[in-house]
Amino acid sequence: MSDAALQHDVVHGLPGAYEAPLFGAYSKKVGMWLFLASDSLTFGALLFAFSYNRLYTVPWPTPFHAESIANATVMTACLLSSSLTMVLGVFASQRGDRAWTRNWLLATMAFGTAFIVLHGMEWSKLIGEGLALPGFFTVLGVAKPAGSGELADITKNIPQFPQAFFGLTAMHMLHVTIGVIYLGVVAFRKWFLPILGVIWIAAALLIPSGNVFHYPVHVLGIALVVCAIILFLKPKDYDAHDVEVSGLYWHFVDLVWMFIFPLVYLMSTKVV
Amino acid sequence: MHDIAKHDDSKGQYFWVWGALLVLTTIEVWLGYNQVFKDPRHMLEVLMILSIIKSALIIGYFMHLKFETALMRWLLVISVTACFIIMYFFFFPDADRILRLGVK
Repeated sequence: MSDAALQHDVVHGLPGAYEAPLFGAYSKKVGMWLFLASDSLTFGALLFAFSYNRLYTVPWPTPFHAESIANATVMTACLLSSSLTMVLGVFASQRGDRAWTRNWLLATMAFGTAFIVLHGMEWSKLIGEGLALPGFFTVLGVAKPAGSGELADITKNIPQFPQAFFGLTAMHMLHVTIGVIYLGVVAFRKWFLPILGVIWIAAALLIPSGNVFHYPVHVLGIALVVCAIILFLKPKDYDAHDVEVSGLYWHFVDLVWMFIFPLVYLMSTKVV
Repeated sequence: MHDIAKHDDSKGQYFWVWGALLVLTTIEVWLGYNQVFKDPRHMLEVLMILSIIKSALIIGYFMHLKFETALMRWLLVISVTACFIIMYFFFFPDADRILRLGVK
């Protein structure tokens, strides 16, 4: 029987007054599954759009050489390893082992952060080679780099490549960032707020104005406000259910990358 | 609570799944980097099949869907798969049509 049904029975003293849930799972978990099902359609549409462009745009650019593929492979390994540490965190929470739950969640966050940093470095490198959305450099107020190779005039020649690339990978990177923050809240509760605040301020001060992440880093500030509202309006001690539900979200982020990596990187690689 | 501890929760199986995912990723990288299939459509098909196998491992084991009730399992899988099939039939026939019309 679900927790919800058990609690109702205790409160009302009427066994059987509430039906067992349809899916045999507690409501938070069903809710997360439904959210993930809907989110998979968002990513599905983006992946289909990328595949469509990849197959029917001739010639398609192939900017990913050995260095990029090695970088993306390490990013993939980070996410796969983070899923394993997440599973171990869920087990620790079900055992009631708070210390190891926090340790495994911290390890998962570390892998997620490594993924974001590596991805950011990859983006910066590609932008330096000329890969950017139309009007990108004008908005940032910086001079367009001279560019190199087939990416030099890509915004003019094949604008659908930067649009599809940044649209898909930015959406995923946003999900990974939200995932790391979500795990931080579950692991550290209110203690995570000052940590997030320090990271936000440090990143905002350290990232130069011409960098692609100069404005997007303020997502951390928005996340800080949202987390503060949630944690102060409804403070709670996150239990094993919450850890499991956060794990579902994290594994989904990993799952989506399993499609992005071959489609974006391996389908646009060139051996040199 | 839905007791996910009822099934065999030995940690070893999760390490095996993790290893299998890494091996499948290595195969993907090898296929992609060596451009084993010259036709991008064939390459896409093979890579997507490998990705679907990887996603099935993640959903089944890491996300524990394998151990949920049959109703939840099938309802989620069938509904999402049906949506993807509909998307496929929206996108790709149109792309073929555009090519036949000679639009560049």
